Amino acid sequence: MIGLILRELRLAATGGAAALPLVFFLLVATLFPFAVGPDGPLLARTGGGALWMAALLAALLPVDRLIEPDRASGVLDQLFLKGISEESIAFAKLAGHWLSFGPPLMLAAIPAAALMKLPPEVLIRVEIGLLIGTPGLAALTLGVSALTAGLRRGGALAGLLMLPLAVPLLIFGAGLVERGNEGGALQLLGAVSLLLVAGAPFVAGAAIRAGRD
Amino acid sequence: MSERLTLAGVACVRGGRLLFEGLSLTLAPGAAAMVRGPNGTGKSSLLRLAAGLLRPAAGTVDRQDAALSDEHLALDERLRLGDALSFWAKDVDAGIAAMGLEALARVPVRMLSTGQRKRAALARVVASKAPLWLLDEPANGLDADGLARLEAAMAAHRAAGGAILAASHQPLALDGAQIVTLG
Repeated sequence: MIGLILRELRLAATGGAAALPLVFFLLVATLFPFAVGPDGPLLARTGGGALWMAALLAALLPVDRLIEPDRASGVLDQLFLKGISEESIAFAKLAGHWLSFGPPLMLAAIPAAALMKLPPEVLIRVEIGLLIGTPGLAALTLGVSALTAGLRRGGALAGLLMLPLAVPLLIFGAGLVERGNEGGALQLLGAVSLLLVAGAPFVAGAAIRAGRD
Repeated sequence: MSERLTLAGVACVRGGRLLFEGLSLTLAPGAAAMVRGPNGTGKSSLLRLAAGLLRPAAGTVDRQDAALSDEHLALDERLRLGDALSFWAKDVDAGIAAMGLEALARVPVRMLSTGQRKRAALARVVASKAPLWLLDEPANGLDADGLARLEAAMAAHRAAGGAILAASHQPLALDGAQIVTLG
């Protein structure tokens, strides 16, 4: 299990695969002020929501590299022959993917918040939201990645599948940034994220098994 | 159970088409079986059934730990061959020595030629120390030296109590192997 997680981290580190969502996230954060203008109060009011949109789109980028390369090269078959269940493979991939995605995104949110002129107390709410929400985003990416593995043009389908499912994360994450923990946004964000993390390994495991037929 | 592999009344359906049915096969320690038949008759499917990667439409499959070599290499392309193999097995030296890959152990997997990749896949099987080998076209792309090494490795595996289920179009020395004809 540890070996599998380390392998995921190594795959994410080689070829700059893990850096791509981060660069994308920062790029969106840079472009947003150009689009709405340099009006400080307006940026500060809308910036938190924009950061969550950027995080969601950044989470979509690794969807074609999580499962498909291992399916095509036979690694998933060989892991099965080693007696490792598909659910364990999926859980290891989820853990490895979150480690290479969540914490770096939280770091990237600091310069991004500066670009949006977010005050420090709002930045803290963004960071808390990302800490709780990125495991849910990573779980969605993994599940959709397994469901679309082996399909031609799977990437476009993955976006259509994943973005609607991410709506609860977006609502509670952006709500937490905007209004603080009013109406229990933090708890609801945590509940949604937990549900996704708990469900994704089973969805992905079943998808990997079904993909063999 | 001491049998390495037991297939009992196995049927295989792929894409709504019945490939074979009522197939029974038992491989005791040291035994081997060769699957023969034209293209598309289910040789690869039979090996994947034996591996447990496909579920039989009928019948049962019972096996001990197995190692599979098929068209997929399953080694990380960016890693050096030795490191890539060590992800799958503790004792990679045995596999590397058996297939004559010593000079390539430090070469990245993506640089290997077709025949070298086949040798690498077979080295992964040898290094696995699994009692049952499932070999799909193991001789494809191998030169005379590679073929000789493969046959020597298979003989050594059977002498040590292992069993082999192989599918091959090329002639392959497997003394006393049962012949399973499909199609």
